[in-house]
Amino acid sequence: MPAKRNMDLKKTPMPEQDPKIRATNFSEVALGYTEEMALNEASRCLQCKNQPCVSGCPVNVQIPSFIKLIAEGQYIDAYSKIRETNGLPAICGRVCPQETQCEERCVRGIKGEPVGIGRLERFAADYAIGKGVEPPVCGYPNGKKAAVIGSGPAGLTCAADLAKMGVDVTVFEAFHTSGGVLVYGIPEFRLPKALVKKEIDALVCMGVKIETNMVMGRVLTVEDLKEMGYDTIFIGTGAGLPSFMKIPGENLNGVYSANEFLTRINLMKGYKFPESDTPVVRHKRVAVVGGGNVAMDSARCAKRLGAEEVYIVYRRSEKEMPARTEEVHHAKEEGINFHLLVNPTEILGTDNGYVRGMRVIKMELGEPDSSGRRRPVPVPGSEYDIELDAVVVAIGQSPNPLLRTATPGLATQKWGGIIADEETGATSIEGVYAGGDAVSGAATVILAMGAGKKAAQAMYEYMMKK
Amino acid sequence: MYRILKKETLSEQVKLMVIDAPLVARKAQPGQFIILRVSEMGERIPLTIADYDAKAGTVTIIFQEVGKTTLQLGSLNEGDSLQDFVGPLGTPSHFDSSVKKAAVIGGGLGTAIAYPQAKKMHAIGIDVTSIIGFRNKDLILLEKEVGAVSDKLLVMTDDGSNGHKGFVTDALKAEIEAGEKFDLVVAIGPLIMMKFVSRLTKEYGIKTIVSMNPIMIDGTGMCGGCRVTVGGQTKFACVDGPDFDGHEVDFDEAMRRQGMYKKQEGESCNLFKGVK
Repeated sequence: MPAKRNMDLKKTPMPEQDPKIRATNFSEVALGYTEEMALNEASRCLQCKNQPCVSGCPVNVQIPSFIKLIAEGQYIDAYSKIRETNGLPAICGRVCPQETQCEERCVRGIKGEPVGIGRLERFAADYAIGKGVEPPVCGYPNGKKAAVIGSGPAGLTCAADLAKMGVDVTVFEAFHTSGGVLVYGIPEFRLPKALVKKEIDALVCMGVKIETNMVMGRVLTVEDLKEMGYDTIFIGTGAGLPSFMKIPGENLNGVYSANEFLTRINLMKGYKFPESDTPVVRHKRVAVVGGGNVAMDSARCAKRLGAEEVYIVYRRSEKEMPARTEEVHHAKEEGINFHLLVNPTEILGTDNGYVRGMRVIKMELGEPDSSGRRRPVPVPGSEYDIELDAVVVAIGQSPNPLLRTATPGLATQKWGGIIADEETGATSIEGVYAGGDAVSGAATVILAMGAGKKAAQAMYEYMMKK
Repeated sequence: MYRILKKETLSEQVKLMVIDAPLVARKAQPGQFIILRVSEMGERIPLTIADYDAKAGTVTIIFQEVGKTTLQLGSLNEGDSLQDFVGPLGTPSHFDSSVKKAAVIGGGLGTAIAYPQAKKMHAIGIDVTSIIGFRNKDLILLEKEVGAVSDKLLVMTDDGSNGHKGFVTDALKAEIEAGEKFDLVVAIGPLIMMKFVSRLTKEYGIKTIVSMNPIMIDGTGMCGGCRVTVGGQTKFACVDGPDFDGHEVDFDEAMRRQGMYKKQEGESCNLFKGVK
C-alpha cells in the first residue's frame, strides 16, 4: 500500500471535454484518469473488511482487492481481478449506475464522496486493453454446447462465463454487429464503439463464436437450436419494442422512437452521413419526451447533430427522473433545456405532414402511484405549444415479441417479459434460460450482466447433470 | 458474406440477383422480405424475396436502381459478395382456403414481388388473373414467368407502346365489369397504384391485400420507423406486415413518410454518381 491514505472528502475529478466543445462532436465526454489520478483515488479506499461495496455489485466484482492492486501500481493485475467476475470492465466502468450500487454503499460516502469505483474500474480496463492484455484462459472443453440469443450485456456475460467453464458457446445476434444496446443504443460519446468491439473481440479470443444477421424466431427457432445439438439455450433478447404515446400526430415526419433515432446515429453511424449511407435529418428544434438515460442520450445526440434548441419534456419533476444524475448534469451542461411537469397531448404538423410543434399540458404531482413515485396529474386549461421540427419518443421499451411468439410453451408476463426464475434464469421450457431486459423490461447494463452470470452458472450445472 | 451466384438485367434499371443464403432460403415464404447491406458503411435496405430455392440454398432479389445503395448493388457482379443479408423477415402471406379466384396486380417493380404470390396461389389451385403494368414496353418485367403461373395475364403500359394502353386499375375494372368474380385482389406496386386499386375494389367489396415497403432499419420491430396506419391503428410493417388490408391502409400518410429522406437520398445518390 502507498505510505499515505488520501482522506480528501471529494473524489479525484475526472477530466472531461469542455461542454461547449463536446456538444458539437461525438467523441467521448469523460476522458478517464491518468495514472497519477488513479493512484490518488485508489488511496482513498479504506479496504474495509466487510466490503459493503461488493454486496452492491450485481456481478460481485472484488472491489477492494482490485483497488488495492491499482494503489500498488499493479494495473494489469487489477484488470484481471475485475475480469474474474466481470467480462466487460471497460464498459461497466463507463455506464454502470455506480451511485446506486457499489458507490452507494461505500463507507467513504457517509462523510464526503464515495471512492470513485467506476472511474478506477475504467482506468484499469483502459490501461490493460491499451497494453493488449490476453483474455482469460478458458476451461478445458467439456463437450457441452450452449446457444446464446442476443449479444447485449446479458448474452455476452452469459457467453463469457460459459466459455470460462469449458462450454462451446455460440452467440446469435440479429443485427450485423454484435453488442446489442451497447452498440445501437448507448452513444459513442458515452461508450466508444471501438472499445465495445475490443471487449467483444476478447470474448471471441476466448473461443466464443458470434453469428450475426441471425434474427432468431425467423431464421432459427429454439426448437431448431435443440435439434442442432445445443444442450442449453439462453435468451437475452433485450427490450427492443418501442413504446409510443398514442397521441395525435405521432406518425408525422420528424417523430422518432428513441430506438430509431439512436440506432440511425449510433449503429448506422448516421452522424457521419453522407460518408455513411444511413441518412439522418439535422433538425433545428427537437423535443425528447421522457426522463430516463435513453432520453438524455437522445437529447445529447440531437444537440451534437447541430440542433439549436433541444428540450427534455418530462411529466414529473427532476427528482423522479430515472436517468443517472451524472447524465442529467451532463445534458444541462451541454445546453439541453428541461420542460418538467409537462406532458404532450398532441404533435402538431404542417400541411405536408412534417412536425411543426407539440402541444403540452402542465402537470402537478398527486398521490404516489404503484412505482412509489408521486403520480402526475394534468392541470386543466394549462396547455401550451412548443415550436419544433422533431420529436423523439423515449418513454420506454418493452421486450421484443419476435422470439417469444415463435417459441410455443415459453411462459411470459402479460406485458411481454419472459417469466424466469430469479436465481437461475430458468424458463418454462427445460434447458432454456433467460435474463436481462427480456425478463425485467428495460433496466441497466449491469443488472442484465448479473442475470446473464447467474444463468450461466445454472446452465452449466444443468448440462453437467444431463 | 453472401455471394452473388447469378446476375441478370431485366430492364434498363431493374436487375435480378440470386444470392447464396441457405438459412434464409430454408425458411422463406411468399410475402416475406430480406434486409441487406452492400458494404461496411452501407445502409440496411429491405427487399422483398422474389423467389427462393430451399434445396439450392438461394434467394432471388429483384431491385430497381433508384438510389445510392441500389446503384451500388447493381454495380456488383457474379462472384462478388454482400456484406449482410438477413431474413426471412415479416409475416408470410396468408391465403384463405375459401379463395377460388384471385386477381394479382403488379405495378412496375412490384411485379417482381407479386410474382411469388401468384405462383403460390396458382400452386394451391386458385384461379389467377394477373394484371401487370409498366410505363412503356421496354420496362416490362417477368412477362413469361408471371404468365406461366396465371390463368389469364394482362400486360398494360401507360403509353400503350405494347398495344395495351392504360393503368392496371383500368384493366381490373374492365375485368370486374365483364363479370369476373374475384374473391381476392393482391396489389403490389407504387403506393399510389395500391391506393387506387384499393379504392376501386372497395367499391365492389372485394377483399384486397397490399404489400407495404416503408423506410425501415432493423426489420425486427425495434425501430418503429416503418409505422403504417391501418384501420386507425399504428402497425409496424416489418413484423405486423408487410401485407395489410388495402381498404384499411392510410396511403396518404404512407406516401408522406416515404418522402422523409428525399433530400438526403438525392445527396447521397449524386455523390455516388459523381465519384464513379
